[in-house]
Amino acid sequence: MDVMPKWAEVTLVPLISLVLAALLSALVILAIGEDPVEAVNLMVTGALGSTYGWGYTLYYATNFLFTGLAVSVAFHAGLFNIGGEGQAMLGGLGVALACLFIPWPHWTLALLGASVAAAVFGAAWAAIPAFLQAKRGSHIVITTIMFNFIGAAVLNYVLVNLMRPPGSMDPATARFPEITHLPTLHDILLPLGINFSKSAPANVTFIIALLACVLVWFLLWRTWLGYEIRSYGKSEPGAKYAGISPVAITMIAMLISGALAGLMAINNVMGEAERLVLNAVEGAGFIGIAVALMGRSHPFGVLLAAILFGFLYQGGAELALWTSIPRELIVVIQALVILFTGALDNMVRMPLERLFLMLRRGNA
Amino acid sequence: MGEQAPAIELKGISKAFGPVQANKDISIRVMPGTIHGIIGENGAGKSTLMSILYGFYKADKGEIFISGQKTEIPDSQAAIAAGIGMVFQHFKLVENFTVLENIILGAEDGGLLTPSLAKARKTLLELEHEYGLNVDPDAVIEELGVGMQQRVEILKALYRQADILILDEPTGVLTPAEADQLFRILDRLRQEGKTIILITHKLREIMEATDTVSVMRRGEMTATVKTSETSPAELAELMVGRKVLLRVDKTPAKPGNVVLDVKGLRVVDDKGVERIKGIDLQVRAGEIVGIAGVAGNGQSELLEVLGGYADATGEIRVNGQPLELSGKLADGRTRRARGIAHVPEDRQREGLIMDFSAWENTAFGYHRDPGYQSGVLLNNAAIRTDTEEKMNRFDVRPPNPALAAKNFSGGNQQKIVLAREIERNPDLLLVGQPTRGVDIGAIEFIHQQIVALRDKGKAVLLVSVELEEILALADRVAVMFDGHIMGERLSAETDEKELGLLMAGVTA
Amino acid sequence: MDFLTFVQLLDSTVRLATPLLLACLAGLFSERAGIFDIGLEGKMLAAAFFSAAIAAVTGSVWLGLLAGITASMAFSLLHGVASITFRGNQLISGVAINFLAAGLTVLIAQDWFSQGGRTPSLMGGGRFEPITLPFADALDGVPVLGPIYRELISGHSILVYVAFAMVPLTWWILFRTRFGLRLRAVGENPAAVDTAGVSVVGLRYAAVIICGVLCGIAGAYLSTALQAGFVKDMSAGRGFIALAALIFAKWRPWYALYATLLFGLFGALETRPDVIEGLFGLKVQGALLGALPYVMTVIILAGFVGKAIPPRAGGKPYVKER
Repeated sequence: MDVMPKWAEVTLVPLISLVLAALLSALVILAIGEDPVEAVNLMVTGALGSTYGWGYTLYYATNFLFTGLAVSVAFHAGLFNIGGEGQAMLGGLGVALACLFIPWPHWTLALLGASVAAAVFGAAWAAIPAFLQAKRGSHIVITTIMFNFIGAAVLNYVLVNLMRPPGSMDPATARFPEITHLPTLHDILLPLGINFSKSAPANVTFIIALLACVLVWFLLWRTWLGYEIRSYGKSEPGAKYAGISPVAITMIAMLISGALAGLMAINNVMGEAERLVLNAVEGAGFIGIAVALMGRSHPFGVLLAAILFGFLYQGGAELALWTSIPRELIVVIQALVILFTGALDNMVRMPLERLFLMLRRGNA
Repeated sequence: MGEQAPAIELKGISKAFGPVQANKDISIRVMPGTIHGIIGENGAGKSTLMSILYGFYKADKGEIFISGQKTEIPDSQAAIAAGIGMVFQHFKLVENFTVLENIILGAEDGGLLTPSLAKARKTLLELEHEYGLNVDPDAVIEELGVGMQQRVEILKALYRQADILILDEPTGVLTPAEADQLFRILDRLRQEGKTIILITHKLREIMEATDTVSVMRRGEMTATVKTSETSPAELAELMVGRKVLLRVDKTPAKPGNVVLDVKGLRVVDDKGVERIKGIDLQVRAGEIVGIAGVAGNGQSELLEVLGGYADATGEIRVNGQPLELSGKLADGRTRRARGIAHVPEDRQREGLIMDFSAWENTAFGYHRDPGYQSGVLLNNAAIRTDTEEKMNRFDVRPPNPALAAKNFSGGNQQKIVLAREIERNPDLLLVGQPTRGVDIGAIEFIHQQIVALRDKGKAVLLVSVELEEILALADRVAVMFDGHIMGERLSAETDEKELGLLMAGVTA
Repeated sequence: MDFLTFVQLLDSTVRLATPLLLACLAGLFSERAGIFDIGLEGKMLAAAFFSAAIAAVTGSVWLGLLAGITASMAFSLLHGVASITFRGNQLISGVAINFLAAGLTVLIAQDWFSQGGRTPSLMGGGRFEPITLPFADALDGVPVLGPIYRELISGHSILVYVAFAMVPLTWWILFRTRFGLRLRAVGENPAAVDTAGVSVVGLRYAAVIICGVLCGIAGAYLSTALQAGFVKDMSAGRGFIALAALIFAKWRPWYALYATLLFGLFGALETRPDVIEGLFGLKVQGALLGALPYVMTVIILAGFVGKAIPPRAGGKPYVKER
């Protein structure tokens, strides 16, 4: 029996988790001798007080949207894809290859081509763990972790030995040609009469990420494939009974997940850096886990959570700039969110359930 | 007055889980050296009562006396200390440990294993000798059969010097021969002065093995009587609260063409064990064929193969056309397209997605059918409307398509599954345990629906471990034992006794 | 390659294998009890920081070790609360612990020492010094055995010897004691342990705490013996290599020793590309060599070379049922 109404399930549980994480973070800030209220002020002004701040917030949010959706799709199939980091890395390789070696006539085509490359490379990096899970029963959490490290090694090798321009000491590719540069939010909003910050990295990819959000929602709740993914995630014996192939669904869900994680690269590699560097992903693959947990694996929740984390990242950077609080504070908050919304879910849920049970008895 | 204190006495035990009152004011006295049966339907509260006695749950109210002493049993350790041993329906053994290791687990003699094991080996041999329970101490559990594993459980209890042994549905997984052996063991234990509580829903076992019997119904203890002074009919009536009439109104079958034709079917499970060892079976249009047998003799595998989610070799034809028995086309979707509908044995694990709404469950397995699917999309509106109609026709309560499956009662969950499968008007309906965990009212309805489908000239294959249900519903009965079909009988011309022998692997 | 280079290579293998071995055995205790732990990395990192920090402040490496163990145990307990008491997802809890450690260590390091997330360099009593075993010099003249004794066996810090001694000790505890029997049982079928009247929760907490202690020693070794101080992210994926080694070892103590030595050898070779070139005449990228443990683990997991079967109840919270 459902003890809690659905609205409480989707709003109260994540909200309380967030409040707990925020309270603990405030304590951490206090402990290192800073003022939490002042810190929040700084973060809000830094991340949301200007179009420059928004430009960074939305740029980070775009990354987290892709990786959050990636983790969510896999969650719906009952799979924990912890390999978003590696898949996004490889997605970057796809973007770099597409941008450097194909003479695009226009940025729109370059974006299309690079997106396909990013998705294919990301999906390919998810394919082997998916296949091993589906066919050999190897635990996908472990294999995707291993593939993060293998991916980093592969990228390192490719950048140092194959794609580094001659004479450069930097393990990075050459700059992408001018034609592949993506319009920023400044470029997009200017015709509408909005003067958005020119130096912020948010770009057209944000719109693609929003589109991905809608598409994932549509996939999961409007198509038979989404229905099969969700069924398999809830009950494997049930799926078999209904004629849903566990092997096919595991593969498809992980390929979609990997493709989404890979797609992140059009934002950070093509949209921002305009070349591929070694540490392009910067942990966004892991933040996807926090975002998916916080957003309850629903695309709309993921959108909210991604923007929240975008805010935290930009706010954290500002904080590091103006106070002695290092950027790692964000890593702590991220950890606390994962802890409360993921691992300690029951701790938050049990008192709530008791409360609703009492309320229900009171009414009866 | 010199009367011996009862080995166990329960006084006014009550236990509620949320709004559900699982045990209401229950009192029993069990004298030492006797076998006391507790009988009741599924969900009558038997297992809850025994879990209280073994320290799994704390009773809300009531007292427990062991040999006249008031005893608190907050956990299993206290139960063991009070001399209570429990043999669970699902064995609690560590599968990759040896018999000896399982027996000493939790009852070791000091911190080091070697002396503990040596001592246990000696004690075990004595126990085996004393009670005639032979088991190889060094065998690994997963290599033993269920009967042997059960002996290990009994030895575990005896090793802990249990005087009171509780057995929960001990024959559920045993063949009749193994069950007889078990009852001989229990008899021997009784002679040695042990007290035994036997929980079962099988009347025959109560009549054969017990000295006294208590009947439970809906959490209450309705009667405690001497077994010699009662009859199966009286017990059955006490169990269900009214005269049971497991008779389904139906006319004689008019079998038509062969719909399902199985020849030389063999199934090997993923552990490499042969589960079905070459069977032949036919089901005709307009008849219900029942598969009787103790659970685990290949019936489930038969349903899985026919339903399209287990591989097999041999030949199966439906309406004369062969079915794929392995590979991509041996799946549920292809089977459904061939006119096979399937009400699975375990509706909560297979037949339904418990978190999905009733309407999502109504599309389950048929979600790629025209009408439900258009292009890549699901036609959610059509599925909802269809679900509403089905819920009305099958009287599902509450008739709310948006409610999650887990929020319906067992009977209503089964009706959702049944409506989905029967309303497809299949040529062949596979039904596994149609009334397991279903309340009496819904049982009648479900049986009627199955018979109605037969009367429309469809073929029905029924698998049930309830012999009564098979006899009432099926026109023809095939008995499975150890992967073989031991024999087929017309249900009008056979009885429980004859089928029981076949179920035990005895061919007349 | 001359003989001395070979011995030196093995010597650095031993030094690099030590933290892996300790973390691997830590994971072994936890996972044998049915608690998956992908938070080995975080616990090592936390321990590395607190050991170095306390050693730097007090000048006593032993107090540092104690602090490291305490920090690691605190994270273990957090994992226990999440996965045992609140029956949460053990994998997610592990992920959270890794991030928590990664963030908190830098945050606190910055607050305490203001050196960009490092601790001051450790000197003198703040470090575990190599121990020269008796007769190391006397035997030096003996051919073959002399250098092996001096370079390979003698001259490590005490924690190295502790780590290697832990292997037979772990084996003995698991397979020769009551505690070990119960621990293995609770990882295979907690219901069997529960109905035998033994506390599942207690056993699992015990396992998780032992895991914390061993991870603590591993982390302390990193910052007070292998290096002289803490730097940001200094565990550098070792927790995951230890996890890989655990799978590679199929959750058995002696195999864990062999697996971590093998992975330690890869680590040693990574820093000596000249050796590989001399041996095989080809240039192997350090990065690719570093990925070898992960590749090998995937192959093992795929079951192409002997299947690795984890403890059956692993990763599943225990819910009492009748």
